[in-house]
Amino acid sequence: MMRTLIPCMVNGNAVEIDEDSLVKKTGGHENDNEVADWTEYWLDGVLVHRSAHVHLKNGVGPISAAGIFS
Amino acid sequence: MANTQAVANTFRTDMLNAKHAFGTTFTRAGTGADTFMGALYYATATINASTTAYTATGEVANSGSYTAGGISFGGFNAPANTGAQAYTTPTASWTTGAAFSAAAFDCILMYNGTQAGNLAVAAFTFGSQTIVAGTFTLTMPANAAGTGLLQVN
Repeated sequence: MMRTLIPCMVNGNAVEIDEDSLVKKTGGHENDNEVADWTEYWLDGVLVHRSAHVHLKNGVGPISAAGIFS
Repeated sequence: MANTQAVANTFRTDMLNAKHAFGTTFTRAGTGADTFMGALYYATATINASTTAYTATGEVANSGSYTAGGISFGGFNAPANTGAQAYTTPTASWTTGAAFSAAAFDCILMYNGTQAGNLAVAAFTFGSQTIVAGTFTLTMPANAAGTGLLQVN
């Protein structure tokens, strides 16, 4: 069976831990600006890994290029 | 026929391509597209429309492959014009890469990493995120009028 190793931070040390030894939590949210989702791994009640993905829905602007004579 | 007061549609695209200079003569560092960088800022920082250039103040600490100054956005779609609006968007997602850790951050500053001065382009905010030994990825909006990452009307 293929083991999946998760990069983790444990007591300040970067280590890899078998996914089966961790508690996995996922979540996310959506609003007018973005769609976000995250994945967490917990070891004995301590957060040891968290990744996130944010999809921006819109950029900035519009920037007005010029006005007109009135 | 009649004359109509207007800003040339192409002017908006030309602005994004740096073809006009109304102010002090500016010697560009090259003739190709510039490299635009993305720097992440803690939620406690103050990055906004008044930010004129990249600053290390409030930037997330070095971690993994992320170092001060941030990471390039990579290539951009060629500025397009739908008449009333010109726009452009990076062609790929922006990512910190793996093994990145940072306390709560909620902003990425896009700035010009090629021309002198690290001049600011835009600040983009999002819901605060914390990363632990992981990856942060920012996926771009659709490269279209009304949604492109940078829009000029």
